[in-house]
Amino acid sequence: MTEEWSARALTTKDIAEKPDLFLSGHRACAGCAPATVMRLIMKATRGPTIVTQATGCMEVVSSIYPYTSWATPWLHTAFENAAANASGIEAALKIMKKKGRIKQEHVDVIALAGDGGTYDIGIQALSGAVERGHDFLFVLYDNEAYMNTGIQRSGGTPLGAATSTSPAGTVMPGKLERKKPIAEIMVAHEMPYVATASPYYWRDLLTKVRKGLEVNGPAFLHVLAPCPRGWRSDPAKSIEYSKLAVESCVFPLWESVNGQCQLSVPSKLIALAPQKKKPVTDYLQGQGRFRHLFTPQNKRLLEEIQRITDERWQRLLKKCQTA
Amino acid sequence: MKSIVKQEIIALNGDEAVAYAVKQSDVDVVAAYPITPQTIIVEKFSEYVANGEVQTEFVCTESEHSALTACLAASVTGARTFTASASAGLALMHEMLFVTSGCRAPVVMAIANRALSAPLNIHGDQSDSMAQRDSGWIQMYVESTQEAYDSIIQAFRIAEDLQVLLPVIVGLDGFTLSHSLENVKALPDDIVKKFVGTRQLPLVATHEGKSAPFKLDPENPMTMGPIAFPDYYFEFKRQQEEAMKNALAVIQKVNSEYAEVSGRSYGNGLTDVYCLEDAEVAVVCLGSTAGTIKTVVDELRQEGIKAGLLRIRTFRPLPVEEIRRALENVKAIAVMDKSMSFGGNGGAVFHEVRHVLYDVKAHPYVVNYIYGLGGRDTSPRELRRVYEDLQRILQTQRVKKPIQYLGLRE
Amino acid sequence: MNSREKSWKEIAPAGVCSKSSSGFLTGDWKTYMPVRDLEKCTHCLLCVLFCPDGAIRWKPEKADIDFDYNYCKGCGICANECPTKAITMKLEQE
Repeated sequence: MTEEWSARALTTKDIAEKPDLFLSGHRACAGCAPATVMRLIMKATRGPTIVTQATGCMEVVSSIYPYTSWATPWLHTAFENAAANASGIEAALKIMKKKGRIKQEHVDVIALAGDGGTYDIGIQALSGAVERGHDFLFVLYDNEAYMNTGIQRSGGTPLGAATSTSPAGTVMPGKLERKKPIAEIMVAHEMPYVATASPYYWRDLLTKVRKGLEVNGPAFLHVLAPCPRGWRSDPAKSIEYSKLAVESCVFPLWESVNGQCQLSVPSKLIALAPQKKKPVTDYLQGQGRFRHLFTPQNKRLLEEIQRITDERWQRLLKKCQTA
Repeated sequence: MKSIVKQEIIALNGDEAVAYAVKQSDVDVVAAYPITPQTIIVEKFSEYVANGEVQTEFVCTESEHSALTACLAASVTGARTFTASASAGLALMHEMLFVTSGCRAPVVMAIANRALSAPLNIHGDQSDSMAQRDSGWIQMYVESTQEAYDSIIQAFRIAEDLQVLLPVIVGLDGFTLSHSLENVKALPDDIVKKFVGTRQLPLVATHEGKSAPFKLDPENPMTMGPIAFPDYYFEFKRQQEEAMKNALAVIQKVNSEYAEVSGRSYGNGLTDVYCLEDAEVAVVCLGSTAGTIKTVVDELRQEGIKAGLLRIRTFRPLPVEEIRRALENVKAIAVMDKSMSFGGNGGAVFHEVRHVLYDVKAHPYVVNYIYGLGGRDTSPRELRRVYEDLQRILQTQRVKKPIQYLGLRE
Repeated sequence: MNSREKSWKEIAPAGVCSKSSSGFLTGDWKTYMPVRDLEKCTHCLLCVLFCPDGAIRWKPEKADIDFDYNYCKGCGICANECPTKAITMKLEQE
């Protein structure tokens, strides 16, 4: 029996009343926003669900044998293949249903991966699974580096961020490459549903997870998930940073439904009232990974970050205007 | 003794025979990526799918790594799965081979044995699957197209046996078997379906305190593929080894059950002997070369030479007892390797046979011939030379060259 | 833990997990603990949603929330996000 959400806006009570399917007792760091994201995603499930996950922080902290934090069926195999796992599970469910071996009316398949298992090593399997049109939801929880193995840079690490493989040194000020526009890459696959989300905007996130599950075909959700350890930020502020990222337009919220792009409410409000757009420095300061940018010799890089943020924001506005 | 069923004779090459066997085996999911010389398996199967001749979900993955992943994931969801590969494709799957056996998923995979790069070579040798012998997969090497057909059907039974639960590789020599046409005796559809049966699942204890069938099922949630720290990992690996041990008996059982229905048996399923009972000199090999060697043995026997052949059909698990029993009275043995273990002082099969014979009181001479790499053909004359070398060893009681390369331009 | 003594013959194959993580209490990780001022709390339940550990639970029978200090790691997200600043982080006393 799939659970229908009523037409009225979701309340915190609606969500708080649902039992957690991502259980307490996992070994994530204190203040881990990806853990909040896991909890929220699982709150948005609508019925029988199978979860498959790539190697990464959330996979490791939730499945330390003999303990598991997953109240749903859950499979992990390797780092680069969450989407291939999902493909296999979906294919099995499809054929077994045809042969009368599945009792459930429908089973949702969710693939979870970090930026490691999505932008870089995972992109092949993701692209292939989407091209083949499997019915599953892929959620990228983006903490912007290979956090589990020690904060190494990924394709999702933003420009200027210091990581263990792109440290801020005397000659090189952190990562010199831009953050790969992964959600736009997925839109270019002409897939039914792509969206970005942030845990502070919980209602937006939950609605998008649900929308992704409801799509008959592949759906992709990119969720920003601050990591206090890797970002060298105050653990208490992890959710706040996910808000500042949206308010400064570093991480705008939008969705693409069959290629039609539209801004989500939190970003739409900024589009309508540009004075509300915060400077990137509001977001960057307080994060130790960007601390070196606030020195005179790196002033140019800070300006570059603002410029790129504005450019991407303008491009997004243009794309969403045709909706 | 059940009566042998009437079988249709179909002209099939090795790849086609594999595809045909898969077609009949009620496979749920096939996820595969093409690579020479396995492509015909995938193509033939696509035809079956396109014509509605199979009830199988066919996934054309974007790489072999994803193909095996998808098969593994489908398998632990409860589906019967199959895939095929060779050479670089199998190499690309390397990581997932270990994961598949670690997850105890009974995936069946046909390997059209082919050389590994570099340089690039599309022809047949056994380096691809030999390089994966530590991965926890059962490995069988077939001598003929007929055996390829038979072994695929048997493989599902072996893999899914509750005492085993290990994935199986069936290796057929690239081009030599994969592309060679034979008159294959095919069992009727209903007989094969009955033989493979429905997949049984073991019961496992879940974190909810239930005992449930081992599969991803929202009815009985369970977590598969966790991280296991040094306090647990070792125990899981020991379990896999026990499953390998159990496979020795299961492979023999399936071989004889299959013989009752088809009239065909391959030795005892683990090894096959030819003129070995009183042999003084013998050759050990895997795969199709055995066929050529048999003609050489016949010739030598005509000349009064006590020559014999041991074909190892099941390489993993290694049939230690069978190898020892077959060879313990042979005086000089040549082990043929169609692959190399660089820097290893001989090939893999040589190492393993030698180590099995180490404790044998008679302590026979055991030498190695590396041959056929990159699809280099080996003639009966060259194989006869091997037996002549063995005889010379017995005459002189000396081994001049323990490792030789048959057919190499020195 | 007696499961550490289980031999390879006793554990489920393929690493199927045998215990729920709710049996693993992470509450001893914290240095600071959240303390709520009931006067200021409006029961918005944002803390319930944002807690990474699900350590704040809505109890319908009490029509109130409950802090489960057995799992709370003391990160302070609840205090930071509370719209009325009803939660403060206090040093945990023994």
